[in-house]
Amino acid sequence: MKKIIAIFLTFLIFSLCCSCGYEYADIEYRAKFDRSLAGTELNVYNWGEYVSDGSDDTIDVNREFEKMTGIKVNYSTYESNETMYSQLKSGGVSYDIIIPSDYMIERLINENMLKKIDLNKISNFDLIDNQYKNLFFDKNNEYSVTYNVGMVGIIYNPTIVGEPEHSWKTLWDKKYKDMSLNFSNPRDGFMTAQMILGYSLNSTKMSEWKEAAELLKKGKSVLQSYVMDEIYGKMETGEAGIGPYYAGDYLTMLETNSDLKFFYPNEGTNIFVDSVCIPSSVKNYEAALMYINFLLDPEIALANAEYIGYASPNISVVNNKDYYYYGNPILYPKNEDMPYTEYYHDIDPKIRSYYENLWIDVKLY
Amino acid sequence: MNKKSFGSRLVAAPYYVWAAIFIIVPLLIMFYFALTDQNGAFTFANIMGIAKYKKAFLISIIYAVIATVITLVISYPMSYFMTKMKISSQRMILLIVMLPMWMNFLIRTYSLITILANKGIINTILTSLGLKPLHLINTPGAVILGMVYDFIPYMILPIYSVMSKIDNSLLEAASDLGSNGFSRLKNIILPLSLPGVISGITMVFVPSVSTFYISQKLGGNKNLLIGDAIEYLFNVGPDFYNIASALSLVLMVMILLCLAVMNRFSSDEEDLIV
Amino acid sequence: MKTLSKIYVGLIVFFLYAPVAVMIFFSFNGGESVWVLDGFSFDWYKSIVTNQYMLSALKNTLIVAIISAVISTVLGTAAAVGIHAIRSKFAKKLANTVTNIPMMNADIVTGISLMLLFIFVGELIGLNESLGFATVLIAHITFNLPYVILSVLPKLRQTDKNLQEAALDLGCTPLQSFFKAVIPSISTGIFTGFIMAFTLSLDDFVISYFTCGHYQTLPIVIYNMTKKTVTPDVYALSTVVFFAVFALLVLYNAIQNDSEKRRSK
Repeated sequence: MKKIIAIFLTFLIFSLCCSCGYEYADIEYRAKFDRSLAGTELNVYNWGEYVSDGSDDTIDVNREFEKMTGIKVNYSTYESNETMYSQLKSGGVSYDIIIPSDYMIERLINENMLKKIDLNKISNFDLIDNQYKNLFFDKNNEYSVTYNVGMVGIIYNPTIVGEPEHSWKTLWDKKYKDMSLNFSNPRDGFMTAQMILGYSLNSTKMSEWKEAAELLKKGKSVLQSYVMDEIYGKMETGEAGIGPYYAGDYLTMLETNSDLKFFYPNEGTNIFVDSVCIPSSVKNYEAALMYINFLLDPEIALANAEYIGYASPNISVVNNKDYYYYGNPILYPKNEDMPYTEYYHDIDPKIRSYYENLWIDVKLY
Repeated sequence: MNKKSFGSRLVAAPYYVWAAIFIIVPLLIMFYFALTDQNGAFTFANIMGIAKYKKAFLISIIYAVIATVITLVISYPMSYFMTKMKISSQRMILLIVMLPMWMNFLIRTYSLITILANKGIINTILTSLGLKPLHLINTPGAVILGMVYDFIPYMILPIYSVMSKIDNSLLEAASDLGSNGFSRLKNIILPLSLPGVISGITMVFVPSVSTFYISQKLGGNKNLLIGDAIEYLFNVGPDFYNIASALSLVLMVMILLCLAVMNRFSSDEEDLIV
Repeated sequence: MKTLSKIYVGLIVFFLYAPVAVMIFFSFNGGESVWVLDGFSFDWYKSIVTNQYMLSALKNTLIVAIISAVISTVLGTAAAVGIHAIRSKFAKKLANTVTNIPMMNADIVTGISLMLLFIFVGELIGLNESLGFATVLIAHITFNLPYVILSVLPKLRQTDKNLQEAALDLGCTPLQSFFKAVIPSISTGIFTGFIMAFTLSLDDFVISYFTCGHYQTLPIVIYNMTKKTVTPDVYALSTVVFFAVFALLVLYNAIQNDSEKRRSK
């Protein structure tokens, strides 16, 4: 009996320690970290708003990593897979860590731009839910470790646009002229039109891409602006009334503006996985492995999941009852509530170049 | 004597080397990219492909011209009034005009959003007065306003500096000879201030026509200006470097042509080969 | 007419400073937005002291600005002396034209052409990373040079041609005559050139954007921040910069006034 109480007490103390912040993590925790690479640098290239950064008393993940390992993190951000690809491909800059989405990982693997990840050194890899291992873009799970999972939906402000129809068509609705937003990156932008037209997001027919582009051009007269992360400011302040974005970001906006609502459109939507990868031009491979393992650490993964608001593939987070978004219906919908979804795949280079040019046409229109 | 001047000419040698490597060669490389395809084979396709961007060129030019005209119309009287002030207040105003130039232009542009937004400062004032809010942000007007705001000091300063050098006795002589205010303006001030106007126009037009960012933030990222298009293409991937280089090349040629035309108007002591 | 002109000047000043006022105003915002006011606080000023990204970017910016200003002042002054000494009309024209290119050309074209050069060379010598501190520095020196040259050249034209010869006649070596006779007479031009180079480099965004790689300067960090939601800490930092520049300008002005007064005495 005493033993049980003792275990219970230690558990209690431990959880108290956690709740009062990671800053006070004990020496034993630090000892887990290898400081042999202290003094080296790690170049991390990530999406904007995609790591817990220490604001509002959260954990500053990069700073913690620096403290634990003595490795200096140079952190920079991008706003689309395409920008990241462009930077990486140009040879102007090299990175040790990148976090692309599924279809981009497929492309990077095809173009030999990724280095295999030595999973033996990722001791926390077991924490990844099996359904997020060996995914279609990396069937043997050699190049990527899943970081986040998400779906695209529509965020709206009922005080401005009322209750819109649960369809992608609302973004074309003249009622919402100058109130609606759309994506400024090609894959997501095309997706909104492809879903309306009922075409595959990975269509190999040029005519279908063309038709989607024409639809997008039509929508420009209604649109207020093309956005990526600018949508935060616009939705939170009521500057815009309706716009598509990633579900997790909706939950973050909700913290600032509680009026906001969200739906997955009836036509279906895109589901995506963003995974941590190491580019083949990596300079500090060992440190990159340490960083990946660090991101999977239960406490770090929890802090990230709560800050970013996306669905986590990490079972230690998903099963944690103290997790802020534990069982959240938007992030973790039950099977019967799950909308129709489709992943993006890397497409034949000819088609890709065709739709990239079409997207420029849309932007220029 | 000859030796000395040879020595003085030689001190510029490091600069010539620098200019050759970092001014001339980069332009040649851009030229090379513009005239080749992804595999390095010679092609005119990129130059031909520019037709697709004619709308972006057209909007950029129209916006830049409007912005330049507006800045000129605002700045000319401003500069004139400044020269009529006491020397100490002239210095003060000059400082005030220059100060925003040291502010980051991204920040200056961004804070315009706060003023123009649908729920921004202007509209808050309007609605609190019981008036209907205006649609200001994400319009061509907002983009042009951004250009005017960002580049206006570059118009005021050169015009002011030329005007302040106009000899006052010249004006007095003219009025003694019976010319009225208008004819003094037309016959003395305007022609004498022309060099300042010309350099002001080029200093506002060039950054306006080639800007990126302003339209992205104030225009809702809907109408790509040519600068935005170039920046976008560089961010799609190296496959698009060739067409982006072709666009840059055309932009550069266009700007140099404008400068050449402008140079005809001003009798500049600095002769240039353009 | 007098009052009308005063009103006009006042309106323009208002136009110039309205956004600056907005920036200063929102830097004291209690909330996290730069759109909606939510109380008053100094928190954002405190947070810039602890924001390592911003501080290291500020450090990077200053390093590039100082080094590029010094190098371009030395190179540019020498260049101006050399260009001034050119006899051939065509050679002089050529030198002036090349010098003018980075100043007249659109920033985006200068930035892109330099980036293409760096990447091209990087690929040739097999670097896996061609952009960084060295490339931003080179780019900044390149666009600073014409401003230095063009502020020194007019001063050279104003100096008496016989000055240097007189110094030579009095027994100075050519080098001595240059440093003792020429440099002092063009020193204001050199100083103006240096200040211009320094401030241009401090404020440059477009050219750095294409050439900086990992070496992020403050304008680059600000650009990345305006892609997301801007928080008032950026405004707080800009406000600090604003007042620092303001103080420097006032000081500079006072010194100038002072020296003028002395001269007139």
